[in-house]
Amino acid sequence: MEIDYQLSDDVREKIEAEANKYPSRRAAVKSALRYAQQEHGWVSEGVVNAVAELLSLQSIQVFEVATFYDMFYTKPVGRHRIRVCTNVSCMLRGSTDVLNHLKEKLGVEVGETTADGKVALFEAECLGACGGAPMLICNNRYVENLTPEGVDQLLSELD
Amino acid sequence: MLKVEINGQQFEAEPGSTIIEVADNAGIYIPRFCYHEKLSVAANCRMCLVEVERAPKPLPACATPVTDGMVVQTLSDIAKQAQADTMEFLLINHPLDCPICDQGGECPLQDQAMGFGGSSSVFEEVKRSVDNVDIGPLITTEMTRCIHCTRCVRFGEEVAGVMELGAIGRGEDMKISTFLGTSMDSEVSGNVIDLCPVGALTSKPYRFTARTWELNGHKGISPHDCLGSNLEIQEIGGVVKRVLPRDNEAVNECWLSDRDRYSYESVNSSDRLTMPLVRRGENYQEIEWAEALDLVSSKLMQIKETWSGKEIGAIASPTASLEEFFLLQKILRALGSSNVDHRLRQQDFRDDLAAPVCPGTDVSISKLQELDGVLIVGSNIRKELPLISLRLRRVAQQGGEIAVLNPMSFDHNFATTQEMIVKPSMMAIAFASIARKIAMATGKEDLLPIDLVELATRHEFGINVDAIANSLIRNGTDALILLGQIGMNHPDASTLRQITSWLGVNCGIRIAILPDANGVAGWVAGCVPHRLPGGHSNSSPGLNCKKMIDQRLKAYVLYGVEVSNDYSDPVALDTALNEAEFVVSFSTFRSAVPEQADVVLPLAAFTEIDAGYINCEGVAQFANAAVNPMGQSRPGWKILRVLGNFLKLAGFDHVSSKDIIAELEEVYDLSAPISVRYKPDLQAINHVVTQSAEVKNGKQLDRIIDVPVYSVDPTVRRATALQSTKDADTVALLACAEELEELGFKHGGQIAVRSETGEVMLPVQPDERVPRGAVYVPAGLSETSVLGSLSVVMVQAME
Repeated sequence: MEIDYQLSDDVREKIEAEANKYPSRRAAVKSALRYAQQEHGWVSEGVVNAVAELLSLQSIQVFEVATFYDMFYTKPVGRHRIRVCTNVSCMLRGSTDVLNHLKEKLGVEVGETTADGKVALFEAECLGACGGAPMLICNNRYVENLTPEGVDQLLSELD
Repeated sequence: MLKVEINGQQFEAEPGSTIIEVADNAGIYIPRFCYHEKLSVAANCRMCLVEVERAPKPLPACATPVTDGMVVQTLSDIAKQAQADTMEFLLINHPLDCPICDQGGECPLQDQAMGFGGSSSVFEEVKRSVDNVDIGPLITTEMTRCIHCTRCVRFGEEVAGVMELGAIGRGEDMKISTFLGTSMDSEVSGNVIDLCPVGALTSKPYRFTARTWELNGHKGISPHDCLGSNLEIQEIGGVVKRVLPRDNEAVNECWLSDRDRYSYESVNSSDRLTMPLVRRGENYQEIEWAEALDLVSSKLMQIKETWSGKEIGAIASPTASLEEFFLLQKILRALGSSNVDHRLRQQDFRDDLAAPVCPGTDVSISKLQELDGVLIVGSNIRKELPLISLRLRRVAQQGGEIAVLNPMSFDHNFATTQEMIVKPSMMAIAFASIARKIAMATGKEDLLPIDLVELATRHEFGINVDAIANSLIRNGTDALILLGQIGMNHPDASTLRQITSWLGVNCGIRIAILPDANGVAGWVAGCVPHRLPGGHSNSSPGLNCKKMIDQRLKAYVLYGVEVSNDYSDPVALDTALNEAEFVVSFSTFRSAVPEQADVVLPLAAFTEIDAGYINCEGVAQFANAAVNPMGQSRPGWKILRVLGNFLKLAGFDHVSSKDIIAELEEVYDLSAPISVRYKPDLQAINHVVTQSAEVKNGKQLDRIIDVPVYSVDPTVRRATALQSTKDADTVALLACAEELEELGFKHGGQIAVRSETGEVMLPVQPDERVPRGAVYVPAGLSETSVLGSLSVVMVQAME
């Protein structure tokens, strides 16, 4: 695993802007990790060290936050992240079928990434879109009222 | 004051205090895991839930501030039910492995499950288990036992100043870990073992060697630094099993440095000397005590009669006890020699006559954290005095200003406001510049000795000097100048001490001139050539340890001294011993005995003696022997007393160590406060022009001399777990990248370091903490002992 990682100037600037909002630099850890992950794809040891150094923290302080939040990836992850809601409303409306369909199509289990590094599949808890159940979130996009065909359509749109 | 009722009793409480504080003060016990009086309130274990009148639910006593008229029930049905329920939840995931757990018998979880828990659980599912992480040689983890109180995390972040443990993951998956399995390297890491309320963090060297209820505890005092931490030495059947802190708010609070906690390991090592030895030809032979002492006394008498008592010199380890220092100097003086010294690493003795009775601090240790400003001069304080560094950390946390004048930028565990890093040969000039700035700003320039003014004007340092001076002036009597070991052992130490004292006397700044280990006791007991016991002046002063060695005496008494590590110039000492007629070595360890020793007398270890120590505040503390001396080794004071009898000297009739203290107290009041100010002495101010090594080849650079934290004395150097830590594993030359480039150093190569006395090849670590013109070469190690004590070395990069 890489230990040295350089944050780009752009990301550093954004992190500084976040840090300036708070009385303590530690408060900016979550935003910093978000920008760093956007750039690097996941939160590696190097990313943790780089963010810690930039915010004058110890690596473990950043790592605590990185491991607390579900959407920070501490392992390499696919270019596209699909999270299928399996909470009550979606489950009642057939999210189990949607999830199984995705597993079969992608050939991966929940938490895994396809061999070509394209798509990672996760379960999600309620994302507040029960009106469109069953639903999933692909990267930052909500996809609602899912059917197996709709899922195929979504997958075909991913590059 | 607020009025609070707890369990029907009325108490007064400070506004802002919490229920648990009021209850603790009143002696009412409320169960707790995460709450600790030295740490912030987390309120995450929920064990301290109590019933508060008019509150809809039980409230955590640790996080609920008292209000006037509050009525608290800690024993009501509601409170007891809440505590029992919490306990049931805590035990859901806690393994029932108490029989194989080192914490068993001293476990708050065990105790509170008995006292406040239920007798059964309704939980039937599978318990979680957590992988262990290896966090280094000092602490064992068993993370399945962890109840997530986060005391260890808060300790690192709040007290130690290095957050090494953190809570990673969330909910069911939360676990305490270091960052990706790195080790815990803090010099106070062992305290998390005491803080951990379960068996998740336990001591690695102690692991599975005893059950706590079988241990007998004895009061000890740490001999490794001038703080004198209070120890609880625990043993079974005469074998020391572990060392814990004894609470003493005035000294170590409830903490202990790792050095104090783990040094006991060497006491049980196979390297211990268990019989007196005598040299027969090339080999040593075990002999009886009477024979050994007879030999030593007749040899010493012979030298006294053939030449003079002044041909005998004694150098003692600064870790020796008050009684040992006292009897050693008494023997030497009875033989007509005042050649007795314990300042092994000191190089500059010009100010001896100006010295006070003893060095030390004129702020009591318990008040250090109340200071507003500190200037640290020549000290890697965090490693030199780990627990004092924790107190200074509080100064910084409370907004106080801490400035540093050091030959390299050490890693502190507190924020510094100014750091002035100058190469060693500039230390005195830099300090004089600060003093002059203060004198000018306070209109006392006329009082400043002209030599100091001259010294101060040799170099212009810029705004750092102004900032440090202003901070000291601003904080006045709430400011402290702390002179540490690097300063005390500097070639210009006298000048540094003079400046410190001048500022103390003329500007009202508090001062701390800190000796090595039990050095205060060494001074008080008269184990210095120019002073008698009690600091009384000596009309026929002897030689200090440097002169003793340079003048090649006929006989040397080495008291707990390891030649290649403990003396500032191992090469000179080695040569002197080679040429001596007679060398007697008092030593605890076989491998610490020099090859020149004619007779070796086995000393009992620090856990085996009744011993007095005087800490840097001047407080005498007494340790009790925890175990019997190993084999035929004997407490130093007993050996010295009987040696006095063999020498037929008067006044060696002490029956116990208390008699020796009583004799000392006839000339010195041990309970009197100490004064640490040096008298003005112009002789001591002249800046020593750094000697230039006569060796060619390479570039001449200042050597930063510092003794690594786990190399300070023979006991620590043989403690195996401490020697496996990161702090002990680097023997390398440190220099900044720019300097290395100039030397033509290529990555992966080595560097030759030369002095007049020898040469070593050292691996190199580029380190930007080291200023230009200097290299850091650790002292106190056999690897670098051939370099002697020179403060400049020739450095050359090798292919």
